[in-house]
Amino acid sequence: MSALLARIVAHRLFWPVVMLVVLLVINLVAFPGFFTVSVRDGHLFGSLIDILRNGAPTLIIAVGMTLVIATRGIDLSVGAVAAISGAVACSIILGSPEPGSLATVATAVTVALLISLVLGVWNGFLVAVIGIQPIIATLILMTAGRGVAMLITEGQILTVNSPPFKFLGSGFWLGVPIAVIIAAVVFGVAALITRRTALGMFIESVGINPEASRQSGVRARGLLFVVYTFCAFCAAIAGLILTANTAAADANNTGLFIELDAILAVVIGGTSLAGGRYSLLGTLVGALVIQTLVTTVYTVGIPPIATMVFKAAVVTVVCLLQSPTTADAFSGFRRRLAVRAGKGVAAS
Amino acid sequence: MTKLIEAPARPEQPAGPGRGRRGSGTGPGASGRNLGSGIRNLMTSPKYGPVMVTAVLFVAVFVIGGVRYRGFFSGQVFLNLLVDNSYLIVLAVGMTFVILTGGIDLSVGAVVALSGMIAASLLQSGWSPATVIPLILVLTSVLGLLVGLMIHVFKVQPFIATLAAMFLARGLCYVISQSSISITDPTFVQLAVARIPLGGGLSITPSVIIALVVVALAVWVLHATRFGRTVYAIGGGETSGLLMGLPVARTKVLVYVISGFCSGLAGVLFTFYTLSGYPLTAIGTELDAIAAVVIGGTLLTGGYGFVLGSVLGVLVLGVIQTIITFEGTLSSWWTRIFIGVLLLVFIILQKVLTARRR
Amino acid sequence: MNQAPPTPVVEMRDISISFPGVKALDGVDFRMFPGEVHSLMGENGAGKSTLIKALTGVYGIDAGTITLAGDRVSFSGPAQAQAAGISTVYQEVNLLPNLSVAENIMLGREPRRFGSIDWRAMRRRATELLAGLNLDIDPGSLLGDHSLAVQQLVAIARAIDVQAKVLILDEPTSSLDADEVAELFRVIRSLKEQGVAILFVSHFLDQVYEICDRLTVLRNGKLVGEYLVDELLRIDLVQKMIGKELTTLDDLEQRARSVVVDDSDAAVFVNAAGLGRRGAINPADLPIAAGEVVGLAGLLGSGRTEFARLLGGIDRADTGELTIGGTPTKLRTPRQAISHRIAFSSENRRDEGVVGDLTVRDNIVLALQADRGWFRPIPKKRQDELAQSYIQALNIRPGNPDALVRNLSGGNQQKVLLARWLAIAPRLLILDEPTRGIDIGAKAEIQKLVFNLAENGMSVLFISAELEEVLRLSHRIVVLRDRHVVADLENDGLTVDSLLALIADGSVESDEPVPDVAAGASVAAAGPSTGSGHDRSQPPTDPTNPTIEGGAR
Repeated sequence: MSALLARIVAHRLFWPVVMLVVLLVINLVAFPGFFTVSVRDGHLFGSLIDILRNGAPTLIIAVGMTLVIATRGIDLSVGAVAAISGAVACSIILGSPEPGSLATVATAVTVALLISLVLGVWNGFLVAVIGIQPIIATLILMTAGRGVAMLITEGQILTVNSPPFKFLGSGFWLGVPIAVIIAAVVFGVAALITRRTALGMFIESVGINPEASRQSGVRARGLLFVVYTFCAFCAAIAGLILTANTAAADANNTGLFIELDAILAVVIGGTSLAGGRYSLLGTLVGALVIQTLVTTVYTVGIPPIATMVFKAAVVTVVCLLQSPTTADAFSGFRRRLAVRAGKGVAAS
Repeated sequence: MTKLIEAPARPEQPAGPGRGRRGSGTGPGASGRNLGSGIRNLMTSPKYGPVMVTAVLFVAVFVIGGVRYRGFFSGQVFLNLLVDNSYLIVLAVGMTFVILTGGIDLSVGAVVALSGMIAASLLQSGWSPATVIPLILVLTSVLGLLVGLMIHVFKVQPFIATLAAMFLARGLCYVISQSSISITDPTFVQLAVARIPLGGGLSITPSVIIALVVVALAVWVLHATRFGRTVYAIGGGETSGLLMGLPVARTKVLVYVISGFCSGLAGVLFTFYTLSGYPLTAIGTELDAIAAVVIGGTLLTGGYGFVLGSVLGVLVLGVIQTIITFEGTLSSWWTRIFIGVLLLVFIILQKVLTARRR
Repeated sequence: MNQAPPTPVVEMRDISISFPGVKALDGVDFRMFPGEVHSLMGENGAGKSTLIKALTGVYGIDAGTITLAGDRVSFSGPAQAQAAGISTVYQEVNLLPNLSVAENIMLGREPRRFGSIDWRAMRRRATELLAGLNLDIDPGSLLGDHSLAVQQLVAIARAIDVQAKVLILDEPTSSLDADEVAELFRVIRSLKEQGVAILFVSHFLDQVYEICDRLTVLRNGKLVGEYLVDELLRIDLVQKMIGKELTTLDDLEQRARSVVVDDSDAAVFVNAAGLGRRGAINPADLPIAAGEVVGLAGLLGSGRTEFARLLGGIDRADTGELTIGGTPTKLRTPRQAISHRIAFSSENRRDEGVVGDLTVRDNIVLALQADRGWFRPIPKKRQDELAQSYIQALNIRPGNPDALVRNLSGGNQQKVLLARWLAIAPRLLILDEPTRGIDIGAKAEIQKLVFNLAENGMSVLFISAELEEVLRLSHRIVVLRDRHVVADLENDGLTVDSLLALIADGSVESDEPVPDVAAGASVAAAGPSTGSGHDRSQPPTDPTNPTIEGGAR
């Protein structure tokens, strides 16, 4: 029994899940109707659904970020890519004679996604071919990307009136918010592709031991292109959802800080920033923790904007828990306990 | 029958495919070199090359501006670069220390906003500027200290540790107030509007003086103190520094304290400029500071770079901004794109220069 | 000068240091006298660097005492050791390429005036020190702009500026050419006359015999002994470094020798002609026939690993030609080698071999999967079969394919690595020290496996520091020394002693005068095996090389 408990505690999703449960309980105490999910007009409503829907963009980006981080990389440009894709889609819709038609929206979305692929290949090129450190390589696009987005929107906030586009952000399908469905699909596709092919194993292998992987014939270069492109693609999808949600492309604020939330979700989910083994499930939990945290701050009545202080606390705690120094201190403490216990037995 | 093979009659293969060019037993001093190769050496050195490129770039942009626009080629336009960017200069100085050790500080923008908020709210409730300013500097230095300890003791990556600090600082801004607080304190107002005439119709602000003092101090510290040289040593190779018996641990923590202090000071200078505290202010300023440092020739991997280079980097960013203003038709977002392109060019330049050396 | 004063300047007694899972040093004694050049000798894992790091304060010691000039000392860091008069020049030049030469010499004790570094005094002092080393460079120039040899001398300048009682030179010559070595030796001799005790660590036996007065041999973390260089024959030294292990697999040895005759007719699978790489291995020839086990014998740093890496595509050769299955081929990446069914199993199991955080199953299928590409995954069932079959065949413990490899013992990690390479069905398997640091049982299993593989037609290039093992398994043995191939012999009547002789004295440096003693010893030592070996790469014009086996040439 205790062995089982120990195994559960040792599982790397244990603490993230505990964190999530604690947050949910706090909400339940503060707001007894928190878990209520009602059906209105055939759509699901409720705080839990809100968490899922508002957390969807972060989750989508975090999925791509997980793979990038697993290769010992990082992608800071996702927020900028999200802004660009939103700007591209909105400007195409605005520029077309029929903003409300499905074909227009389909074109806009396709073009936005294609551009994101180019941006991803660009990041992959800088990292894999030129050999620039990932933080720096993606910093370039992070800086220039918002400028490009503004170039596309010409500095305006582009408001579009296009029901099919708005549907992406706030629509429902079978009662479930579209954003949630998209996030689920992205998550599922990523999990399927990486775990059903050998991609996941190669990504982990390169992240854990690049030289051993090279000697085993794993081609890191192609792999890096794949993960950075996929990450940019995810960022574009998230950007489209965010833009569609407000029906407006705001080059300055779409996806602002979302790279940080995504990285945070990955880290909370137990994927080490040093690369190597990753857990998409962990990232899912991490993204939910972040969104629930935001919601909790709302329900408890703290000014919502102060969420960042809590995020800072979470980052710090997670980092300190993951730190080798802490691990050493812990094992030293345990050893001392054991020694003391041993002495106690000997004495008695 | 066992027989020994004669070793091939080749001269011993020179070894060491890796670091360092071979056999460059450079002659006594630089006196033997001619001027041309001296300049070429300067431009391709990882130490001076990027700075030289930046200097040339700055002069070129300034001259182009002068040719294209009337009134551009004046002393005041140049001085205004300093006036408008004094806070960024101070930020870039702090960032230079951090990047020289191979670290990075993402929190500086948020700390600028936070110190502005602290200043504005404390002044509003009647505190004296003589208490407020030192308090801000102490608080932001302590924040830097915490970040440094997190990085050194707990081995958290600088990126993540300073990210946490950024969240914290930005969040605290909102906790203080969600809207803009204006500053009416007479001392601050006085400092904001004061101009120091330099003669010939030229003038600067007290902020510029403060920024220049910070720059001078930083130059002295980095060039002429053991702490400063240890900063370079850490960037050149932390293990080597340790094996040479240098105080690596203390130095690594201290650079984040310095960056925290500079951010706090930059925040104060920024309030002199805006006369208000606003929680959303200076978003993305960390990118400007990093860009200025990189464009100024400091290697992101650490070890090479100068404070004066970073100042030059700030001036390049400033002159681009000025040109865009003068152009009128070019919109402000071009600044970001230009910064991005410059970053790219300089990072690749660094890559090429260091690859050739190694 | 040569008579050792009675009291040692350094005395380390009964030093033990453990790392998780390894006893790096076990009760080692070590001493140095003023005005002597002392060498520390030993193979991989002997504990040389650990001992040096204990002396220089980088590692703390678990047990034992260190006495410096009569005082008990215990250093908590390199700075303290340095202050006490122990200066070190590390193998990898541990200086700062981004700072000036003067700073690299003086940093940490730079002259200061009013709190500022006194740059002029610093440069003056640096110039003096450099002049003392006959080095005429600008102290203000960047260290990184100078050659490795100059950097090495700068490191020495730094080391002697502290009035060092003890100067440790950890492989200072591995990247120097002959002239630079001569210059270094001049400096060493002059320091020695000033009474400095110098610890000189080198892989090059010639250099050790040229410069050293006394040496200490370590093996597997234990002290073998301390000897005067003049009184120790090279062959004895090598034997002490390599050690002798009881022969546990006599039957294998017999069988290996029984097949030695018929392999010379087998088709050559891989043929290296003049294959070399600057700074790693001088151009050398090596044909390997199908089903042949070729042993590479030589000391650490002799070029044995470096040569194998060229054949495995890990490093690129810059001279020579490689023919695989009759076709001239250039190997640029390990991936290309693998596609030619050449597998290289690194000696550095942890850093270049296993992927610690992946499971046993993933580690086993990794190379095979990489060869197929990521989009053609090996079906889960097939992966399980593969993993299971290798776990059973190689007796990997624990036999759980889902266990993480980093939790396995060294021997089992090695078997997992072997399984990875066997899974791609290699035609040439390169094993670099596959039995190092693993227990005797696993060792025997791996040896048996190599033998069986060769019997089934696989070519094997086998590298080991243990000569018994090489002798036992190889059909042919190639001996390397100082980055040259010095002999290529059929394993027919070879003995450990004859191999030792070749390793110790086998090479004649082309650009250095031959020390008489060494040449004499080599001829004498080669004597016992005369008539039993055979040399394939000997130029046919050499009249002194009558070959008896016609098959090979």
